Amino acid sequence: MQYIIVGAGPSGVIACETIRKLDQKAQITLITGQKEPPYSRMAIPYFLEHKITEAGTYLRHNSEHFRALNIIVINEKITAIVTPKNTIKLADGTELGYEKLLLATGAHAVSPPIEGISLNDVHNCWTLEDARNIASKAVSGSSVVLMGAGFIGCIILESLLKRGVNLTIVEMGDRMVPRMMDDTAGGLLKSWCESKGVKILTSEQVTSISEADSSDKHSLIVNLKDSQDLSADLVICATGVKSNIDFLDGSGIIVDQGIIVNEFLQTNIDNIYASGDVAQGLDFSDQSLHVQAIQPTAVEHGRIAAINMVQHNSCVHHGSINMNILDTMGLISASFGQWMGVEGGQESILLDAKNFRYLNLQFKDECLVGMSSLGHTQNIGVVRGLIRSKVKLGIWKQRMMKDPSRLMEAYLADL
Amino acid sequence: MSWTGKILRINLTSGDITTEVLNEQWKKEYLGSRGLATKYLTEEIDPACDPLSIENKMIMATGPLTGTMAATGGRYVVVTKGPLTNCVACSNSGGFIGAEMKSAGWDMIIFEGKSPEPVYLYIENDKAELLPADEIWGTSVWSTDEWLHNKHQDPSLRIAAVGRPAENGCLYAGIVNDLHRAAGRSGVGTVMASKNLKAVAIRGTLGVGNLADPAGFMKAVNEGKAVLADNAVTGQGLPAYGTQVLMNVINEIGALPTNNMQDVQFDGAHAISGEAMSEPRKSDGRTNLTTNAACFGCTIACGRISTIDQGHFSVKNKAKYWGNSGGLEFEAAWALGADNGVNDLDALTYVNFICNEDGFDPITFGATVAAAMEMFEAGDLTLEDTGGIEFNFGSAEALTQSVELVASGEGFGQDLALGSKRLCEKYGRPELSMTVKGQEFPAYDPRGIQGIGLNYATSNRGACHVRGYTVASEVLGIPEKTDPLTAVGKPGLVKAFQDITASVDSSGLCLFTTFAWSLENIAPQIQGACGSEWTVDYLLEVGERIWNLEREFNLKAGITSADDTLPARLKEEAAKTGPAKGLVSQVEAMMPEYYQLRGWGEDGIPTDETLKRLSLKG
Amino acid sequence: MEKSLVINPDKCTGCLQCEMACSYENEGVFNPSKSRIKVFTFHQEGRFVPYTCTQCSDAWCQHACPVDAISLNLVTGAKEVNDSSCVGCKVCTISCPFGTINYNQSSGKVIKCDLCGGDPKCATACPTQAITYIDANQTGMDKMRKWASVTDNTSTNTSANA
Repeated sequence: MQYIIVGAGPSGVIACETIRKLDQKAQITLITGQKEPPYSRMAIPYFLEHKITEAGTYLRHNSEHFRALNIIVINEKITAIVTPKNTIKLADGTELGYEKLLLATGAHAVSPPIEGISLNDVHNCWTLEDARNIASKAVSGSSVVLMGAGFIGCIILESLLKRGVNLTIVEMGDRMVPRMMDDTAGGLLKSWCESKGVKILTSEQVTSISEADSSDKHSLIVNLKDSQDLSADLVICATGVKSNIDFLDGSGIIVDQGIIVNEFLQTNIDNIYASGDVAQGLDFSDQSLHVQAIQPTAVEHGRIAAINMVQHNSCVHHGSINMNILDTMGLISASFGQWMGVEGGQESILLDAKNFRYLNLQFKDECLVGMSSLGHTQNIGVVRGLIRSKVKLGIWKQRMMKDPSRLMEAYLADL
Repeated sequence: MSWTGKILRINLTSGDITTEVLNEQWKKEYLGSRGLATKYLTEEIDPACDPLSIENKMIMATGPLTGTMAATGGRYVVVTKGPLTNCVACSNSGGFIGAEMKSAGWDMIIFEGKSPEPVYLYIENDKAELLPADEIWGTSVWSTDEWLHNKHQDPSLRIAAVGRPAENGCLYAGIVNDLHRAAGRSGVGTVMASKNLKAVAIRGTLGVGNLADPAGFMKAVNEGKAVLADNAVTGQGLPAYGTQVLMNVINEIGALPTNNMQDVQFDGAHAISGEAMSEPRKSDGRTNLTTNAACFGCTIACGRISTIDQGHFSVKNKAKYWGNSGGLEFEAAWALGADNGVNDLDALTYVNFICNEDGFDPITFGATVAAAMEMFEAGDLTLEDTGGIEFNFGSAEALTQSVELVASGEGFGQDLALGSKRLCEKYGRPELSMTVKGQEFPAYDPRGIQGIGLNYATSNRGACHVRGYTVASEVLGIPEKTDPLTAVGKPGLVKAFQDITASVDSSGLCLFTTFAWSLENIAPQIQGACGSEWTVDYLLEVGERIWNLEREFNLKAGITSADDTLPARLKEEAAKTGPAKGLVSQVEAMMPEYYQLRGWGEDGIPTDETLKRLSLKG
Repeated sequence: MEKSLVINPDKCTGCLQCEMACSYENEGVFNPSKSRIKVFTFHQEGRFVPYTCTQCSDAWCQHACPVDAISLNLVTGAKEVNDSSCVGCKVCTISCPFGTINYNQSSGKVIKCDLCGGDPKCATACPTQAITYIDANQTGMDKMRKWASVTDNTSTNTSANA
């Protein structure tokens, strides 16, 4: 069987490996548009703070890994899929045939359409190439403006501060990580950052970026909607990402925000599957289709898609739980599932603002459906377990309504 | 090593929190915990001070083995001047907070002064702060525990707190940690509350290490664990029945004080024994005992986890008490049961729960109720005095009502909160208080076990069994059997037990290990942790030094040899039944030899020579 | 025959010898807060439940790791964290539905049970045989496995993970 996997992020790589485990004879080709070996975006902040070298970001550390698994890696961009012919076209003109195809092409950073966004010292923070650019500019004493206080923005904060920069964050939303945390937690995160010397402007927008006069010691002027202009040596744009689906035009594959997939991670074309940041798959919590663009979902997708490609849709994807864990200069926040609550649900909240501790549990009937927290890390994975297993909590729900920190006890009560 | 070398000093008056380095010299002389804390107290307060005044200090201390893997290495002590006794008080507790304190980096916490407002101390490793306790002042230990866990969102937080009786001045309030372990005796909780300190909440994540000889330590620890496992008492008796294994044994040898020590045997002993706790109840078929439970690092696990019959009168419609909690230990079962003639296991368990919930000593409480019963039956106490409660021996209702009144501080509970000495004085029958130096006896009758009587009379914190538990030898034959009915040889036995105990208490280990361990087992563990100088002989010297240091404190506090005695009843009213029938305590006959062995004068004062020998005087 | 840690909560007294043995082996100090095995106390019920990684075949942590820092020890079956590769991103800690891989803030890495290379110190230290290290097929593991299957998203086929 001929398998082609497009995209060498976590989803694509785990899919290749899974296929190999299930089918020793399979011909597996991994296509990647990037010139580096498969690497992990999650590791970029640690690369920026010199905790690891570039090699430390690689998804697989053994350089012979793919060769040993007899997986052919081609470093070339995909340009099109010719579905009637079961072939894909690459940028160098090659056309490759497949019997089963997995699209794990990931996502790319998007920038707001403002003047000056293409200037030299304005960068996204998404690829290793971006990271190198940031690293060269974010040096001690330089001024950096970070657009966007979402997940990506937050995880690089510490590395930027460790590099000794003066940092200002500009966020359109009214709080930090608005898609991961509620007002209370987002507000606490903001004061935490401010206490560490980061300037944060929420409900604020960058309207344009221009080059500073040569007399200015900074290279850029950042114009804001409501506040005074900022001088900067580097602007990092972390305002959002979008699935890589442009190459699908004319392929007949149905897309929305991402590629629409069914419960087998299969697209509308039988022998084509999609996974990871490019796939708009089932969300466990509300059973709707979402692009979650998170690492655990990418991995889950990759595995399930691979099993279904080899073993003919034998493995049902019941939906992935949206979840994030974020370390913002030592303050660890996490959110799972329907952390914002559900209609007719109940919530149990503990807040210790002074010590930056917060725990918010969301229930629907007898089940846990969501959680968000600050300063909690122990055994945190059980939240996934409890949400996923839909355990009827009974008396333990009552106990957690009184004291949500008894989460672990509730989890273990039946053991 | 193994000490953290750090002391946290909390000035409650000013709110200042400072850290200081442990005194190296004193560490070498007093080891840790009981010994070292007593040294600090002795140096820092006037022993003659009013224990509930701002001048008194309160010290929480761990030993070098606290927080290590040494079996039972989870103990901590509270050392202060006790309001019940006006003597040095050292209450020892297990549970988990001692190890947590050590893991947070502290050998000792010294509290001084008095906070202007109710506060609690929150410690997270190096961070220590006094926080407002208005919301928990006036609530029980259990409510406080729940509130603090909730507030700090941390199930791993370890908490020690005082309940309402401590706040109300009950003279035998304790400090309860981990819900049902307690530094229970002598009113150390009353001192804590007098300082407007409601609780200490600790989270320690630094760990305990710094061992002098890690390999030697682990070897000694593992050998020690094997000895505990192979021993009949620590390997079988205590895990199965807890200290309650003793109820029937002590009753049979005629040394179970009954009805305020009028008798030495109790008809209802079996009904309140460890064996009974494991028998199915008629009502619901469940046993009183759910499981045994361990304190930190303890491989014996003598702790009792019990339930009360939900249909029992004491807990009807009180669902709060239907779950499991700390069950009866022998001393509590005796004081609440035999000493009051009450044979209702559920009632005793309920009363024990309340003592834990609101933090007061069940021994002193039970014995005080016993004194009230005797006075009531003799007509010295009237229904008007008691608020209508019939204080008759055998009345479980009187007992349960009493415990609720002491917990809430209402009505006759205020009298009961005085302890038996002051209660009996108030109602004109001082001779009915079964106390030494103001503190009530534990569960062994000095007429049936002669050595323990001498130990009671000379114990530095008032009547106490765990200052020199000669019962081990006189009843259980550990380390060798002596005749409980004879006074011959007992002064030497008492002194040896007292000195060894002082050493063991100062290490951070639990005294119960000594059912199986001698110092030959203990010394290698201390040596592995602290250094080779801690030999058996040196530990005995340290123990004797501590004993004399405590004695010196008490002498300065106004104690004299006249206080080294037992109530007249035990010296004059012979045991009526059992093997000791016809006997009284020979405490006075034993005393001269005891003083002599101690190197004290006839006046009970250590001689200069003794003090010099023990480096207590330059 | 591969061995597993088998936990019998009914025998546990809550003494934490296992936590101390674990932290001493792995951290060089007695520090329950850094132990890979944790004993949870149920006051109301009078129960103590030691809990640690079952080395589940799904290996959620291993799959979720973005930098290949978790690998399978072929001798013991343990999933082991390679400290030199772990960047501390914590994705594994939210991915493991059992909550048995934890972030250690002081080292900036995650920690989990590695069966001490085949001689688990918790089992040796346990005074009541509540924790034993025995043949994987013996009963006792069943409860944990059953629990594991409740949270297994892809229970229809696990052969890909073997």
